[in-house]
Amino acid sequence: MNRLDKKFEELKQAKKKAFIAFITAGDPSLKVTEELVCSFERSNVDIVELGVPFSDPLADGPTIQAASQRALANGVTLKKILNTVKNIRIKTEMPICLMTYYNPVFHYGEEKFVEDARKCGVDGLIIPDLPHQEAKILIASAKKNGVSTILFLTPTTTKKRMKEVVDVATGFIYYVSLTGVTGERKALPTDVAGHVKAAKKISTKPICIGFGISNAAQVKAMSKIADGVIVGSAIVKEINKNAGRKDIVKKVSSYVAKLRGL
Amino acid sequence: MALPDKSGHFGEFGGQYVPETLMAVLDELLGVYNSLKKDKAFQKEFAFYLKEYAGRPTNLYFAKRLSEQLRTLKVYLKREDLLHTGAHKINNTLGQVLVAKKMGKTRIIAETGAGQHGVATATAAALMGLECEVYMGSEDIERQALNVYRMRLLGAKVISVTSGSCTLKDAMNEAIRDWVTNVRNTFYIIGSVAGPHPYPVMVREFQSVIGREARRQFLKKEGKLPDYLVACVGGGSNAMGLFHAFFNDKKVKMIGVEAAGEGVNTKRHAATISKGQIGVLHGSKSDLLQDEDGQIMIAHSIAAGLDYPGVGPEHSYYNKIGRAEYVSVGDKDAIKGLKLLSEKEGIIPALETSHAIYYLNELSKKVKRKSSVILCLSGRGDKDVGSIKDLL
Repeated sequence: MNRLDKKFEELKQAKKKAFIAFITAGDPSLKVTEELVCSFERSNVDIVELGVPFSDPLADGPTIQAASQRALANGVTLKKILNTVKNIRIKTEMPICLMTYYNPVFHYGEEKFVEDARKCGVDGLIIPDLPHQEAKILIASAKKNGVSTILFLTPTTTKKRMKEVVDVATGFIYYVSLTGVTGERKALPTDVAGHVKAAKKISTKPICIGFGISNAAQVKAMSKIADGVIVGSAIVKEINKNAGRKDIVKKVSSYVAKLRGL
Repeated sequence: MALPDKSGHFGEFGGQYVPETLMAVLDELLGVYNSLKKDKAFQKEFAFYLKEYAGRPTNLYFAKRLSEQLRTLKVYLKREDLLHTGAHKINNTLGQVLVAKKMGKTRIIAETGAGQHGVATATAAALMGLECEVYMGSEDIERQALNVYRMRLLGAKVISVTSGSCTLKDAMNEAIRDWVTNVRNTFYIIGSVAGPHPYPVMVREFQSVIGREARRQFLKKEGKLPDYLVACVGGGSNAMGLFHAFFNDKKVKMIGVEAAGEGVNTKRHAATISKGQIGVLHGSKSDLLQDEDGQIMIAHSIAAGLDYPGVGPEHSYYNKIGRAEYVSVGDKDAIKGLKLLSEKEGIIPALETSHAIYYLNELSKKVKRKSSVILCLSGRGDKDVGSIKDLL
């Protein structure tokens, strides 16, 4: 059982829902990333999703695209991010998932990457352009290393695929609230609850909802129908707004705490 | 074994690397496409539009003065430039727009580099009465202005893409983002033998009419098969279109000509197979220009249609098994190629095609005996005249 599984177990016992915060690693710097992750514990964040910047982030909207560009311009690489996670691990047991596109992982070498990720203290992997049928090597080596492979369900996923996905996913299942890319939305689709319910019928694995969730009211509403929520672009935007300020960590932490609604 | 396999792999290349949201539509597309392949009415309809609307078959023209200049080569030109809209791209867009209609989609999107695929998509969409939006890098919008006007005249909306390198790669990112968002009513017409399965095989099948015709025409004129096939390769649709019908003709050598830009040993080129490494971009695994961290590099070519850091997975496969050879020609030599064909044959080729034409010089020096060549004249050069006028 890795930190991620333990966290969901704890939350279940306490009848609580997970709050997962996404930030792009290295925006504005890896040092700030490290400090933010450590501060998130005090903002009642349960899990951190650390975005690995990629040159062609085709599942991301403008906010995270821009953050990726800034991080790449800062010279951030997958290796440096793993090192940052290692540094974070000295200070906190916060479960950490890496969100990365497939090519940097493939280029690194899938098996070596999973091993290194585990050694540095990564608990889960989220790879939006790697559907499960292409992920056999990665899933097998993740299993061997006790690293979770979080897979997606979406509003367009067929029943047949839903079954396949929930069978092989570990850690949690990432339900994409809408058809589209990441980014804040004023309103979320009304069919989310129905889809999550359908997945719940065939799986006991935790299901967390992401994409578009960007304010405390949406966090609260989505938490009711799933085991957790993921907020990304809204936090990334707040980080960028405070980039260059000395109190960036404090500002962002208090923003996240408000989103969390505690 | 016929390739790709059931999951869309050509050996280690190909596959389906897309967000989960698109998996359902790819499954649906594969099902529809497989049934239409066997559907006689559909094939008849497609053949009708290729003939009556696009102008097929295209001529296989013996380039006499060019051959005299090259001495050792007897060059035949497969005249895809004579097709409606001026390039081979229309073969594919007519096919895909018919598939889109069968799937009940009402909106068409596409990416474009040189604008030829965008024009061909806008044309096919107008023909079928479908809404059409084309993503194009802002840099390409500038260097291919004529095609932008053409698309607008055809009723398409051209969307300027200002992210990344502002060229074809980024236009494709943006098109995929649109597709993920509007997947329920939108059909994405990919312009090359690239993208997730079944696109590489579907585009190949729609384009392979080039090679089937050329093979038949050459046999009729020469009573044998050609020694060489030569075509330019960006994503590689005209090349695959020509090559595929000759796959089993082991004696026919295939040469794909990539863009060397300012030189394959500089950072400014698009010689993906010659210089790239295996990776995943835009839905499939193939050779890619990437750095040591797996970030995609920005390609460069004077020809917008070759300015792409990836290549169709089947080309990577042909290269790997040694069925085709991939070489490269730079910006300056491409312009020489353009001038050569213009002056010798009275045909102004597209800058993309000009890379392949220039390579004939190299080939003519290499061959040991008089050899015959089919060159895929993939497009006409009118679109490029504005952007190269200062270089001539």
